[in-house]
Amino acid sequence: MTVAVFFGCSFIAFGPAFALFIFTIARDPLRVIILIAGAFFWLLSLLLSSLVWFIAMKASNDKDQQLQRGLLIFGVMFSVLLQEVFRFAYYKLLRKASDGLAALSEDERSHISVQQMAYVAGLGFGIMSGAFSMINILADSLGPGIVGIHGESQYFFLTSAFMTMAVTLLHTFWGVVFFDGCENRRWWVIAVVVALHLLVSGLTFLNPIYEGSLPPAYVILVSMAVWAFFSCGGSLQNIQQFLTCWKNDAGSEVAS
Amino acid sequence: MAENLANVLHEQLSEGFPDTHRNNSGEGADRRRVVEGADQELNGQPPSARPSQRLESEEDEDEELTLKYGAKHVIMLFVPVTLCMVVVVATIKSVSFYTQKDGQLIYTPFPEDTETVGQRALNSILNAAIMISVIIVMTLLLVVLYKYRCYKVIHGWLIISSLLLLFFFSFIYLGEVFKTYNVGMDYITLALIIWNFGVVGMICIHWKGPLHLQQAYLIMISALMALVFIKYLPEWTAWLILAVISVYDLVAVLCPKGPLRMLVETAQERNEPIFPALIYSSTMVWLVNMADTDAESRKKPALNSTTPESQASLRGADDGGFTTDWELRQQETLGHMESSEETRRQVQEMPRTSPAIQSDDSEERGVKLGLGDFIFYSVLVGKASATASGDWNTTLACFVAILIGLCLTLLLLAIFKKALPALPISITFGLVFYFATDNLVRPFMDQLALHQFYI
Repeated sequence: MTVAVFFGCSFIAFGPAFALFIFTIARDPLRVIILIAGAFFWLLSLLLSSLVWFIAMKASNDKDQQLQRGLLIFGVMFSVLLQEVFRFAYYKLLRKASDGLAALSEDERSHISVQQMAYVAGLGFGIMSGAFSMINILADSLGPGIVGIHGESQYFFLTSAFMTMAVTLLHTFWGVVFFDGCENRRWWVIAVVVALHLLVSGLTFLNPIYEGSLPPAYVILVSMAVWAFFSCGGSLQNIQQFLTCWKNDAGSEVAS
Repeated sequence: MAENLANVLHEQLSEGFPDTHRNNSGEGADRRRVVEGADQELNGQPPSARPSQRLESEEDEDEELTLKYGAKHVIMLFVPVTLCMVVVVATIKSVSFYTQKDGQLIYTPFPEDTETVGQRALNSILNAAIMISVIIVMTLLLVVLYKYRCYKVIHGWLIISSLLLLFFFSFIYLGEVFKTYNVGMDYITLALIIWNFGVVGMICIHWKGPLHLQQAYLIMISALMALVFIKYLPEWTAWLILAVISVYDLVAVLCPKGPLRMLVETAQERNEPIFPALIYSSTMVWLVNMADTDAESRKKPALNSTTPESQASLRGADDGGFTTDWELRQQETLGHMESSEETRRQVQEMPRTSPAIQSDDSEERGVKLGLGDFIFYSVLVGKASATASGDWNTTLACFVAILIGLCLTLLLLAIFKKALPALPISITFGLVFYFATDNLVRPFMDQLALHQFYI
C-alpha cells in the first residue's frame, strides 16, 4: 500500500480534528489540559470495557464464531455505555473544578465557559477514539500488502478513515450537547445522545456493507452539528453576521 | 506560582526543609526528579535576606498566584516531554539498532533469555535489585561527598559526561540513522557535523546560549540516554527498574532521612543551589544573566549540563545517575566518562554569588524538571513502543498516562508547595496503562478493527 494512501487516509481521518486543535485549542494551556484529560477519561472507559469483554471472552468457548461475534457486539455496546458514563463523570469533574480552573488560567478574563469545556472535552474524546481506531490501520497501510485480496472490500482504508473522521466530530458534538443537557437538567438530551451513539456504533456492525454505515453516520453527524450549533447559542442570524463579517459577541457553534 | 514557591522556599530555608529537590540523574536511578516551579536563584540567597514570617492573608494571595501559573507551567513541561518522547519513539520505530539485543549493562548481569518463566522473573528481580542498590550506594556517596565539598571532581565529571554524550553517543546515533536510511557519508563531513554539534552543545549547556537551543540540546541528550537504556535493559528488568525507581524517588525525596532530602537540606544550609545542572528549565534567565555579574558567576552556566551522569548523581549517589556498573561498561565500550559529585558541587557552588534574578517578573519564572525525569518517561514510552505487540495503541496510552501523571504532579506541587518527586505518579500510570492496554485493550481493538466495528 502506498504512501499516498497513508497520507490521504491520515488527513481524512485526522484533518478536521487537527485543524480544530491548532486553531482553537493549542494556544490556551487550560484547553490543552482539558483535552488531554478528556482523552485520558476516554482511555479509562475503554480500559474498563475491554476488561469486561476480555473476561467474557476468556470465559466462553473460543471456537464458536457466532458466540464470539455476539460477545464482541456486547462488548461494543457496553463500551459505548461506559464511554457515556465517563463523559458524565468528566462533566462532573469539570464542573467541580471550574472555579479552580478559572483561577488556574493566567488572567481572570480567560475563564473558560462550560460550553468551551464541553467542546474541548468532546474533542478530547473524539481524538482519542479516532486515534485508537485508526493509528494501527495507518501504520499497516505503510507496509506491503494488497487490500481485499481475499475478497473483502478494497476500500477498507478509505472507509475506515471516513468513519474515523465522522466518529471524531460526532464525539465533539455529543460532548457539546451532552454537557448542555447536563447543565440545564434536560435528561432526554442525554438519553438521545446515548441512543445516537449506540445507533452509530450499531450501524458499523453492517460493515463491510458500507452503504449501511457511512451515509447514516454522516447524516447523524450533520444533524448533530446543527443541534450542537443551536444548543450553544448559535442562530441563523449569527451565521448571517458571520458570513457578512459582522463583528458580534454572540458565540458561533463552538463558543470560543 | 513562582512567587508562592519563592515564599515557600523562604519558609523552608528558614526551617531547614529541603524544598527544591531536583534530581537529574542521568542514567542511573540516582536521579531524583522534582518538578519545581520556583526560580532557582532563591537557593543561593541567604535566608536572612528573606523574611521568614508570613501572614495569613499572604497565604491566600500566594495560593491564588500559585494556581494562576499552574496551567501555563504544565504546558511548558508538556511540550519538551512530548518532544523527547516523540524523538525516542520515532527512533525506536525506524532505527532497528536500538531494539537489537547487543548485550546488557554490567549493572544487570543476569540474562533474561532463560528457559523457564520463573528463572526469568528471578533474574530480572536480581537485576533490578543490583541496579537499585548501586543507585542507593551512589546516592549516599554523593551526599557524603557533597558534605565534604568535593566540587572540582563534580565539575570535571560533568564536563566529561557531557562531552561523551554530545560527541560519542550522537556519533553512534547518527551512524545508525545513516545505516537505516542507507545514506552514504564520508568521515570528513561527519567529523564536521559531529564537531559542530558537540561544541555548540557544550557551549549551550555549560556556558551561555539561546534558551531554545539549550532546551533542544537537553531534550536531545535525554533522548540519547533513554535510547541507551532502552537498548541495554532487557524487558522485565526495565519494567521492574522503572517501578522500583519511582518508589525510591518517592522515599528519597519525601522521607526525612532520605538521602536526597538531606542533600537538599545541606545545599540550603550552605545557600547553594542544588545541582542546577542537568535540569531542564523553561526559562533560563538565571544562566545567561548571571554570567555577567562576576567572574565566578560566569561559571554558572556550566550548571546547565545535562549529562546523564550528573543527573544520576543528583539522584543520590554521586555517579550522576550512572551506576558504577554502567560506567564500567561504558568505559569498556565507549571510553571513560564520569560525572562526579565534585563537578556537581562546583556547579552548585557557582550561582551562590548571584543575587539577582529574583527581580524577574512572574512571567520569567519558569518551571524546572530534572532531566532524569525526561529520561525515564522516555524509557517507559520507548520500551512500550519497542516491545508491545499492540504497537501504537499502547504507546499512545502510555504517552497520555505520563502526561496526566505530570499534570497531577504539578497540581500537587501547587497544592503542597514543596519539593516533590516527578516520577512516581507518571510512572505508575504509565506502567498500569502499558500492561492494561497491551493485555486487555489490544485484543479488543484488534477484533474491532478486523470487523470494522466502531465504538
